[in-house]
Amino acid sequence: MERNDFNNYSLKLDQERGHTDALLSCQDLSLGYEGKAILEHLNFEVRAGNYLCIVGENGSGKSTLMKTILGLIHPLKGEVLTGDGLRQNEIGYLPQQTVVQRDFPASVYEIVLSGCQGRQGLRPFYTKADKALAWRNIDRMEIRPLAKRCYRELSGGQQQRVLLARALCATRKLLLLDEPVAGLDPRVTAEMYQLISELNKRDGITVVMISHDLEAALRNASHILHIGARIYFGTVEGYLETEAGSRWTAKGGAGK
Amino acid sequence: MTLSDYLQLPFVQNALLVGVLVALCSSLLGVTLVLRRFSFIGDGLSHVAFGAMAVAAVIGLTNDMLLVLPVTILCAVLLLAAGTNARIKGDAAVAMISVGALAVGYLLMNLFPPSGKSNISGDVCTTLFGGTSILTLKSLEVWLSIALSAVVVVFFILFYHKIFAVTFDESFAAATGANTKLYNLLIAVIIAVVIVLAMKLVGSLLISALVVFPALSAMRLFKSFRSVSICAAVISVLCAAAGILIAAVAGTPVGSTIVVANIGVFALFTLASLVRGRI
Repeated sequence: MERNDFNNYSLKLDQERGHTDALLSCQDLSLGYEGKAILEHLNFEVRAGNYLCIVGENGSGKSTLMKTILGLIHPLKGEVLTGDGLRQNEIGYLPQQTVVQRDFPASVYEIVLSGCQGRQGLRPFYTKADKALAWRNIDRMEIRPLAKRCYRELSGGQQQRVLLARALCATRKLLLLDEPVAGLDPRVTAEMYQLISELNKRDGITVVMISHDLEAALRNASHILHIGARIYFGTVEGYLETEAGSRWTAKGGAGK
Repeated sequence: MTLSDYLQLPFVQNALLVGVLVALCSSLLGVTLVLRRFSFIGDGLSHVAFGAMAVAAVIGLTNDMLLVLPVTILCAVLLLAAGTNARIKGDAAVAMISVGALAVGYLLMNLFPPSGKSNISGDVCTTLFGGTSILTLKSLEVWLSIALSAVVVVFFILFYHKIFAVTFDESFAAATGANTKLYNLLIAVIIAVVIVLAMKLVGSLLISALVVFPALSAMRLFKSFRSVSICAAVISVLCAAAGILIAAVAGTPVGSTIVVANIGVFALFTLASLVRGRI
């Protein structure tokens, strides 16, 4: 039996037993744009405390999957279910930086506070609790000295911390990170991975990360979702036994 | 006549009041427009308004606002609310609508010259450059401007945090549950209203200046969204007041004078930021 089939099987068993404790689950999901499917028959689930890395070649549909999970685009078939008390608007999102942000006049505090916007509804102003939450996350990311600084003057690593603090204002449970170390130098990259691991291990925040960096993914994550021509979903240990994974260990990359 | 004599004149008072209010509104929205790379939307939409005015004149509508406002709002929604999903991207769409509306408007005015008016090019010139129409406001127009400006300012204050969130990162806002489509729609409608108002003041060609200059000047020196918004509003109000007074005394065209005042402030702020960079 193929590993992926096995996982699908155990997933089905869980569903039949009535387990609903997955934060996110996708069954037979097909996604793409304008009716053209990029990715089909995708099954996976994310449970509280997991650290899932989504890996795959360029153009395999990683970003499309991310947007679908966030509800920014609709799947062609199937749906993304949230469970375990998680609502769609409680997913913290760390997007890739946009051109607009590069010369945006905004203070660090303003940006972090805007993470609370999703819960505002039509309420015009932030509450004391929102502001306290913003400060708490600023401290968590150790950027209090930067709070009044202008975002565009910060280094790449500092900017990522600001956006991470903002994402933490939007969620208590689940973080979705889109290539969080893109464009960072090796030292800052290591710091960023460390920070994310701490959030996962110490604070129990579930992490779903898109990554190009397979080595770091295998080192930090608990689960891997490999998308492309062949789909794999399961634990890191299981992934190392698959063809793609064993090719990786044969190269000596993550062999321990 | 001295400056204080001018200030006694009711038409100068009207012009000052309306001018300052319109400048305030356009500068508040200017910050988000500039940051979203929609600097030219003021220009584009005002050409649409110009085209709609031409149509209104041809079919003989007495109150052309009834046609101009809805058409401009519709185009603003098409351009802005479609946002990042549009097939024709931002700047190209704005350019297309802008030039198209201008051409159609001018063509219509030539084919069906409005009765009683023979000086088409003079008419067109006034619409494009504003002429002195702000000095000939009727009291209904003054009240309309006051009411619409009040709506815009209240909207900006109530939606300030949402405008920030949507401008800084639209997909994050949408992903975390903000109703970005609604906010984009409201922003588009408000922008259309401001532009139709501003046409009275500086004419359609110079509207971009009212939208872009205060925001860009403020961004030279200030570093948070809040301080940039406030500073842009202050610059815009002061430049509009100064421009109108100078125009009244010196007899220069109102719109151009206001824009020149804005250029002056921009130069000053750029210099200040360079000096501060040195220190």
